Amino acid sequence: MPQAGRRDRASIILKAVLACGMACALSGCNTGILDPKGPVGAAERTILLNSTVIMLAIVIPTIIATLAFAWWYRASNTRARFRPDFVYSGQVELIVWSIPTLVILFLGGVIWIGSYELDPGKPLSQDKHLEVQVVSLDWKWLFIYPEQGVASVNQLVIPAGQPVHFSITSASVMNVFFVPELGSMIYAMNRMATNLNLQADHPGEFHGMSAMFSGDGFPDMQFKVRAVSDGDFQNWVRTAQAAGQALDRTAYTQLAKQSRNVAPTTFRGVEPHLFDAIVRQDIPPAPGPETERGGADVSPRPGG
Amino acid sequence: MLGKLSWDAIPWHEPIPMVTSGVIVLVVLGVLAWIVIGGHLPYLWREWITSVDHKRIGVMYILLALAMLVRGFADAIMMRSQQAVAFGNDGYLPPEHYNQIFSAHGTIMIFFGAMPFVIGLMNFVIPLQLGVRDVAFPTLNSVGFWLTATGALLVNISLVVGEFARTGWLPYPPLSEATYQPGVGVDYYLWAIQISGVGTLLTGVNLVTTILKMRAPGMSYLRMPMFCWTSLASNLLIIAAFPVLTATLAMLTLDRYLGFHFFTNEAGGNMMMFMNLIWAWGHPEVYILVLPAFGVFSEVISTFSSKPLFGYRSMVVATMFICIVSFTVWLHHFFTMGAGPAVNAVFGISTSIIAVGTGVKIYNWLFTMYGGRVRFTTPMLWSLGFMITFVIGGMTGVMLAIPPADFVLHNSMFLVAHFHNVIIGGVLFAAFAGLTYWFPKAFGFTLDEWWGKAAFWFGFIGFYVTFMPLYIAGLLGMTRRLQRYDYEPWHVWMLIAAFGTAILFAGVACQVIQLVVSIRRREQLRDVTGDPWDGRSLEWATASPPPVFNFAVLPNVSADEPYWAIKQHAREQNRLRPEPEYEEIEMPRNSPTGFVCAFFATLMGFALIWHIWWLVALGFVGAYATFVVFAWRDVPEYIIPASEVARLDRENRSARKEALATYTGPM
Repeated sequence: MPQAGRRDRASIILKAVLACGMACALSGCNTGILDPKGPVGAAERTILLNSTVIMLAIVIPTIIATLAFAWWYRASNTRARFRPDFVYSGQVELIVWSIPTLVILFLGGVIWIGSYELDPGKPLSQDKHLEVQVVSLDWKWLFIYPEQGVASVNQLVIPAGQPVHFSITSASVMNVFFVPELGSMIYAMNRMATNLNLQADHPGEFHGMSAMFSGDGFPDMQFKVRAVSDGDFQNWVRTAQAAGQALDRTAYTQLAKQSRNVAPTTFRGVEPHLFDAIVRQDIPPAPGPETERGGADVSPRPGG
Repeated sequence: MLGKLSWDAIPWHEPIPMVTSGVIVLVVLGVLAWIVIGGHLPYLWREWITSVDHKRIGVMYILLALAMLVRGFADAIMMRSQQAVAFGNDGYLPPEHYNQIFSAHGTIMIFFGAMPFVIGLMNFVIPLQLGVRDVAFPTLNSVGFWLTATGALLVNISLVVGEFARTGWLPYPPLSEATYQPGVGVDYYLWAIQISGVGTLLTGVNLVTTILKMRAPGMSYLRMPMFCWTSLASNLLIIAAFPVLTATLAMLTLDRYLGFHFFTNEAGGNMMMFMNLIWAWGHPEVYILVLPAFGVFSEVISTFSSKPLFGYRSMVVATMFICIVSFTVWLHHFFTMGAGPAVNAVFGISTSIIAVGTGVKIYNWLFTMYGGRVRFTTPMLWSLGFMITFVIGGMTGVMLAIPPADFVLHNSMFLVAHFHNVIIGGVLFAAFAGLTYWFPKAFGFTLDEWWGKAAFWFGFIGFYVTFMPLYIAGLLGMTRRLQRYDYEPWHVWMLIAAFGTAILFAGVACQVIQLVVSIRRREQLRDVTGDPWDGRSLEWATASPPPVFNFAVLPNVSADEPYWAIKQHAREQNRLRPEPEYEEIEMPRNSPTGFVCAFFATLMGFALIWHIWWLVALGFVGAYATFVVFAWRDVPEYIIPASEVARLDRENRSARKEALATYTGPM
């Protein structure tokens, strides 16, 4: 078997493909999860790229072998040896079971260690973190800063270089809190609080969203994330504390009703323990559609 | 009197559903008129609608699947074009409509496209490959098919009467609860899936029984063709998993109809339980679809490499390994729900372990080609396309199985690209390979190769142009199910994907043209011997199309590849085996049970959706009474006289004799 030659060729092609992939990762993609702006996203990108390379090392030779075998053993090729009795080979079977098993053993290690290292609930460092409470509403995001007593809708402002701990819940249906450039996403569910730790290394603007379909206003569940310097963050907090509406239960209940395309805004004077009240259902879950559009509760189309 | 149903239920002011359904109604009426006026109705009733012949039922399953694949593809075109134009604006589909489209697309493609296609192939092929006359319970088989058709019908009725679910193809609560979805959409989903689910479960029981209890004499388990093995695994999964689906949806139904609180926000309901249960069915479902696909590729690659399958026993082990492990991986669908690292890690590892079984299969197909004589027919092209595409899909699947990677890829376009990669590249490629491979067996003529190859190339290239951009969009953070978006970096990839859909459309067109051209040229494409591909398993030992009783005399299996052994023997001796002694054959009588039962089930389903309670009672009693009538039947079988059996078999033998006389290939 001409194995040595094939191995050379395979390794050349492998290198070429990897070079292309890296070129794209480094130059073309200046956003998304391949261009992380924080430690969580960076670690996740590393795992993603490592596992891809590990698997490409067998995927690419397999694809090449598929094409090569099919072509060489084409019926019209008189130089290929016809071996209709080649139906079992202990050695081949051994290799065939070993290659995927070894790869998965290796990846199993990556999975185990990675799951612990990057557990979304694990604090990023011993440094003081900022606490942000996230409530997904129909259809906007509410970010409560309990220590600062302020809240914002559809915009998340965080200090760069400082770990942030998010407590996440939902006022009604499921959503997923996700800022691709910072890393991990976590579900927002009513009557439950989930934990997520993220950090932005440098000031910048990122795109945040819900990664779980939540109804007709789902496309409005997108928000801007602004990572700012510590001074700018204090300024933003002071401005928010000074202006706008207070967020008590009445204001929250009003906010929790279904609405679309809500412009970013801030609240001052957030009622203490508002988040806990939502999670404990001291405040009942947000209502669904107000009027059952279309007369009968049949086909709720607007204007129907 | 009519529950919630009123004229408001019809979307008069919305052009897209009205025009579409108008065209569909016209086409259906036209076909019905042609059938009735042309006097085809008695033939259709006698030979197809009431048929309990597994071959006819298999063909009807596949016709249903093809129709539904077209419907699902129409949805796909709308989704891709909407996302191509809806950058910074609303596009042409409002959310109320767009959300129904992607929900219907997923539901239809999985439940009424892929499932009936796979079940149709199994129905048609398994008894032939096992060398038996029919499945274990022929009338039950017919009931199963017609109940599946009921589900498909209900989903399509929702296009024009009321609305379909706007919750995605799996209706996650609390979004799918009555509070947030007061309309009938989710109810359409629930009853369509429940009724067709009963049909699927019946089919699973039927096929498992057939494989375990009804093989030709001498056909031990380890002589069964690989397709039978993978079908066995798939049907075992159906039996184990579909009751879970039924129970889960029943709980959601109780929530919606009777105010229970299984999955609600209030009163102790737990939405996470729905996710666990639905994926305890949902992940095995993936293997229910893809295992028979692996079987198709095993048959095709072996036949067109002119070699037995390499590592047969290894393949059996890998199949049953996948069958069992597939039940231990469901949590990977929601790593991001906040479970601890230990839970995530265990399910991540169990998920990637499945790749071992799949990897073994890929290598065995590879070595089946090694030392063979590969003929690049249409089914073989689909198989090669599958091997290349599926390893990529497998790789991205393992990436998603790594929890920290899934934390940034979950629910993204990357995920969408991944499962289309494995379902199109695995199941759909297999469906088309199987269709071209077994079509001559079903109809007595082969499909046109030129158009078949054109369909392959458009399908293969179109797949890559459509779904590779979605992988990239996912890496750029784009989530699925967006009716519009304002984020510029995603736009260009949506445009490319829409262009890919156009290529796929050309592929679909080629498939249709292939059928039309082949039917017109059927005399040139005629398969007289019943063995057009130089096949190796028993379905090629009988005529094309096979007589209703499949085999004049049940074959006696004495080798691993029963038909190949018979054929080689004939070639070496240069004559067929001596003519057997023909005996009369008992076959099950046709029965309208399935059709009538499904008719009442349709009434019942529709009435349940619209709260028309008297009609619910009527439908239920009608369906039940149909069964009772069937149970009291007097004459379950009819006799085919020995002379008729002999006449049919002699026809086929003379064609085979001729083919043998002109055979010039290797011995």
